[in-house]
Amino acid sequence: MEILLASAIGILFAAGVYLVLRARTFPVALGLTFLSYGVNLMLFVAGGARLEAPPIVAGAAPMTDPLPQALVLTAIVISFGMTAFLLALAVRAHADRGDDHVDGTERAP
Amino acid sequence: MSHWPIAPILVPFFAALLALPLNLRGQRIVSLAATVLLALVAALLLARAHGGAEVYELGNWPAPFGIVLVADRLAALMVAVGALVALACVWHAARGWDERGRDFHALFQFQLAGINGAFLTGDLFNLFVFFELLLIASYCLLQHGGGGTRRIAGVHYVVLNLVGSVLFLVAVALIYGALGTLNLADIAQRLAHAGEAQMPAVHAAALLLLVVFALKAAVLPLFFWLPATYGAAAPPVAALFVALSKVGVYAILRVHGSALGTDVALAATLTAWLMPAALATVLAGALGALVAATLRELAGYLAIGSSGLLLTAVALGGAEGYLAAQFYLPGSVIALAALFLLADGVAACRGEAGDSIARASPVRAHVFVAWLFFVLAIAAAGLPPLTGFMGKALLLKAAAVAPSAAWVFAIVLVGSLLTLIALARAGIAVFWHVSDAPAAAPQPWRLAHPPAALLAGALLVLALFAGPVADYAARSAAALAGGAEVASR
Repeated sequence: MEILLASAIGILFAAGVYLVLRARTFPVALGLTFLSYGVNLMLFVAGGARLEAPPIVAGAAPMTDPLPQALVLTAIVISFGMTAFLLALAVRAHADRGDDHVDGTERAP
Repeated sequence: MSHWPIAPILVPFFAALLALPLNLRGQRIVSLAATVLLALVAALLLARAHGGAEVYELGNWPAPFGIVLVADRLAALMVAVGALVALACVWHAARGWDERGRDFHALFQFQLAGINGAFLTGDLFNLFVFFELLLIASYCLLQHGGGGTRRIAGVHYVVLNLVGSVLFLVAVALIYGALGTLNLADIAQRLAHAGEAQMPAVHAAALLLLVVFALKAAVLPLFFWLPATYGAAAPPVAALFVALSKVGVYAILRVHGSALGTDVALAATLTAWLMPAALATVLAGALGALVAATLRELAGYLAIGSSGLLLTAVALGGAEGYLAAQFYLPGSVIALAALFLLADGVAACRGEAGDSIARASPVRAHVFVAWLFFVLAIAAAGLPPLTGFMGKALLLKAAAVAPSAAWVFAIVLVGSLLTLIALARAGIAVFWHVSDAPAAAPQPWRLAHPPAALLAGALLVLALFAGPVADYAARSAAALAGGAEVASR
């Protein structure tokens, strides 16, 4: 369980970092999405990975920590809004410049 | 429990909602009224916080389970400085800049709500949420007025800050995983009892947070976005962004200084990273100011240098370091914000030449602009009689006993000299060394004297009442440093 979650977080971060460093705006937006997936999973695990336990404090019964789930929910909403804004901005920049390079225009090598 | 600590967040928030459906005239009235109200609330909060810190539990949930707002002296001071700068920015924008795009005032008020929230919150995740609120508003404000340069600068700014947000959340996850709490006061307490196994995660989280806040505060090597962004923004927006960059400094003081810094080993690690970065930023800001081509670029680099000075004071730590930081901050933020507004006023008088630091037609018609520049340059360079000088003197006094004293003295003094030369050069080029070409007819709506004069007046008041201000800052610093000592026992 832990090894699965940990490697999933690692792969998501690796893919995200690679894509963020690309030169076109669309892969960059995609990379940020991967990064936010990775970080959401990480927040989720922060309270301890526990299977089949309710997120409620009920006496001595085993329970999962409900707080990380609330944090993840907030983080998902925020990253969704931010990504939407970035995409809208990137489309406008593309329309203005006729180029989707992150610097506006391709520099000659 | 009084409800005043949440008022600086609610006033701009509801003003923004109220302004959205109105026409421009209505928006201006709502925005100006709300900002004046905010300034009054901030003044009240300042007076109340001087009596003692107030903790506001949202929804009456007891800390550390609920989210708290903490209105102590430092938070109240930041809110008050932000409100004053915002008042001048709204005033200047209402003279014409807000016609250039839609919903300027609503976005501006949302941004204020985010800034005040970040100043007042006592919870790490809540700090993240308010950061995002102020960032999304700043993304939109940066686009105000449109244009291709602004859009590309916007893409860079958004991507950088989104990566910053990701790092912030990673740090939040690590701290929650290691300590089981996100309340800043609670973090300090649990840190004292944390076992060896948890410390590596906390160290990693603390350094990640340092990167995030340093990005916001524009610290070397993370400041390259700032001149481009501030240069692309509309002047009233750029002036508010000066206050925005100090949110990063504030967060470092709050999170690293008084929460995570309570652990001795952690504090040593943080100082080892923060001090060289802060000193390098002072130097980089001063060098950038020397080569700046326009007045706004100059003000942008001065903002970087002032972040560097403030972080040097924070890195020195202790009551004396925090005193220097808090005494230097208001004057510096107000002067630089006014300089951004004044640059627009200068550009309005010079036609094609704009605010470039070059030989052009005289600004003769507006001698008052030159006088304002003189006052603001004295404040920004840190010369007596204004408070920048006292702030730097306090900083050097705090550094005298530190092991890094030689570096701090050398770099702060050289940086100040370079800043002085840069400002003198700009003043000579713009106001004295003028061409014979007839003065261009000014665009009256861009003339920034009244708002800039408001800020310059505030600087003079600050200098006149330096005694009470220093007393306030000293008590606040003692409380911050004292809290750190109590928790480390």
